[in-house]
Amino acid sequence: MDKDAESAEQTHVDGLKKIAERPKWDNKVQYLLTCIGFAVGLGNVWRFPYLCQIYGGGAFLIPYAIALVFEGLPLLHMELAIGQRLRMGSVGVWNSISPYLGGLGVASLVVSFLVGLFYNMILAWILWYFFHSFQNPLPWRDCPLNLNLTGYVSECEKSSPVNYFWYRETLNITPNIETSGSIQWWLVLCLASAWCLVYICFIRGIETIGKWETLKNPEVWLDAATQIFFSLSLAFGGLIAFSSYNAQKNNCERDALIVGCVNSFTSIYASIPIFAILGFKANENYNGCKNWNILRLTNSFNIGDENITLENYDDWFKYLNKTDPSEVESLNLKTCNLQTFLDQSASGTGLAFIVFTEAVIKMPGSQVWAVLFFVMLFSLGLSSMFGNLEGVLTPLLDLHMIPPWIPKEIFTGLMCLTSFTVALIFTLGSGNYWLEIFNSYVGSIPLLIIAFFEIISVVYIYGINKFNDDIEWMSGRRPNIYWQATWRFISPFMLLVVFVAYVAVEAEKQPTYNAWNPDYVQFPLADVQPYPKWVFVICVLLSVIPVVSIPLVALYKLMGFLKKYIMNRHNQNPYANE
Amino acid sequence: MLEKILVLLCLPSALAQLCTPDASDGYKVRLSINTALGNEAYVWNENEMFLFRATLAFAMRNHFNGQLFKKSRNRINSAFLLTDKTLEFIGIPPTLAAPVIPDTPPWLIVFGVIMGVVGAGIIVLLGTSVLQKKRKKNEKSEEEDDEEDTRVKTVENGTVSDGVYNTSFSDDERTQNTSM
Repeated sequence: MDKDAESAEQTHVDGLKKIAERPKWDNKVQYLLTCIGFAVGLGNVWRFPYLCQIYGGGAFLIPYAIALVFEGLPLLHMELAIGQRLRMGSVGVWNSISPYLGGLGVASLVVSFLVGLFYNMILAWILWYFFHSFQNPLPWRDCPLNLNLTGYVSECEKSSPVNYFWYRETLNITPNIETSGSIQWWLVLCLASAWCLVYICFIRGIETIGKWETLKNPEVWLDAATQIFFSLSLAFGGLIAFSSYNAQKNNCERDALIVGCVNSFTSIYASIPIFAILGFKANENYNGCKNWNILRLTNSFNIGDENITLENYDDWFKYLNKTDPSEVESLNLKTCNLQTFLDQSASGTGLAFIVFTEAVIKMPGSQVWAVLFFVMLFSLGLSSMFGNLEGVLTPLLDLHMIPPWIPKEIFTGLMCLTSFTVALIFTLGSGNYWLEIFNSYVGSIPLLIIAFFEIISVVYIYGINKFNDDIEWMSGRRPNIYWQATWRFISPFMLLVVFVAYVAVEAEKQPTYNAWNPDYVQFPLADVQPYPKWVFVICVLLSVIPVVSIPLVALYKLMGFLKKYIMNRHNQNPYANE
Repeated sequence: MLEKILVLLCLPSALAQLCTPDASDGYKVRLSINTALGNEAYVWNENEMFLFRATLAFAMRNHFNGQLFKKSRNRINSAFLLTDKTLEFIGIPPTLAAPVIPDTPPWLIVFGVIMGVVGAGIIVLLGTSVLQKKRKKNEKSEEEDDEEDTRVKTVENGTVSDGVYNTSFSDDERTQNTSM
């Protein structure tokens, strides 16, 4: 009895030691804020308002809400629950459920790494704009002068100072993706600062974190489903990693609801100022267009100063057109339509670096607004970067692929250095085009596939009943009918439908991209170019490589199992120790 | 309501030609006084015209060639409280003011400041973690010394098999035995 007591004590002590060795969150708030920070990212600020705008505003909220309730929250709850229960990062978790599923964790790891590469490039661009916000006047307000100082640089005059600053002075973009250009040293500096900033916050792993009419259109539903999906940062493995550092007895159902709802609320809240700014910009452009017309008419017909105003412009125009139509014709007046300006939407980098910067130069105290905006964007991106890095670091730690003699600080430094080196592609002249490729092909299909396999694995391989028991043990409550229905049927079905529809829609279109080509006939409109063959192959590879590990690992384990089985059949030795 | 003034200006040529609207050397000048001054716009009358002629004559005395507009633009503008945007010599574009180019681009300065702080932070964090590890090592080696002492004691006391800690002589077991 003594021996039993002692051995029980020993295993209890060992168990406690294992639990104690895994770092823990300081408190619940830190954990929640980190998850929310991971989920709430740049997409909340620019992709969601853009989707609302192109799909007619309020109408988009309906498919978005449905996608949140039937896809987003169930998947979110599931990821947090398994991470908390099994107390391991993504690779460890899937290996525990079934050795054949180890590939899922590897897939999440690869996706997190690839996304981290281009995401930090966006942070580098934000830093570049931030560094430039401390000047008066802001550098994107005026066009630079040409060589003989008689006018402005033609590329800038034809487009706009803001566009010129973004495409020429920041990116120095090449006219197409085949022309690689050279590495832009200033972008390398900004990328290095972005990685250093990420490293310093991440240096000790989680211990330093916190010390902070249209509804009928199938594309609407597709975009809503994918938006809620990417917005919540599902399938990166980051959420699993975060929840694995939790105490086991924690109400993960409430956490999932909190994170999901805060994320959606932030998206909607962010839309309000974005729409206000877009409206302001459209109005400014409209007035500018009209004033240009007024000036042309005034000068050409020698009308008195300020006789034609914004209000009576239409009357004057009609009158002048009647009296001298040929002269009016020769002036090449622009058609100014407020709706056209309002419809000019932009998302992604276009929104932040073109639309907002243009709005900011017309506000009083532009420098302050610019600095605040870019600090906000940087914080949003930084918190999401933590999730990405955790999605890479935690599985590697759990797989014991890191030799123990390397301290964690050095390892995270190596990770940052490797990512920085690979991300130098994005500092080339054609870097922006490559970033768009990464964004569309890595951050879409692989995540859908991973999430689908995740939910199928947990529900049908791990066992939904076992999962229910675990959650009851952890949070004290058995999941209700809503969770049961969504986990078992609705979410996997929705994911499958979204995936098939996404592939079908994308396969129909020939993949093209918008190039910035000053020599294009209709410049400053985007030059729509198809991807060359070799680039398209890379796109497909980017989608396939993360998910190919799922079948590969399963196959590998199957072969190992078959080998053992065959060997057993051959050596039917009762005395052999297995 | 003032009109946009269109004034005809003639440059003198070798053969004195009368200043007529179709004169070949004529330049048109456009002044937008309302746009420039709004409510404080002055009335254009014969006196203003006189000032205009006088100003141009002054400019021509200084620069006797086509460069006179580029060089005296500022003086002419100020005489009428106008700017390059509201006083236009049609056909002669203004020379735009060359922008001030500082030696060090300001963004590099901000970059330098931030990277300096970040670099210092990284060094500090790495340093403190190295110190912490050293402290832990010292504590561990102290603990190991204590353990070795207790082990030595039991060896002195009684029977011990190779490396296995014989619990029969340790204090915890005795108290457990008595409680049971």
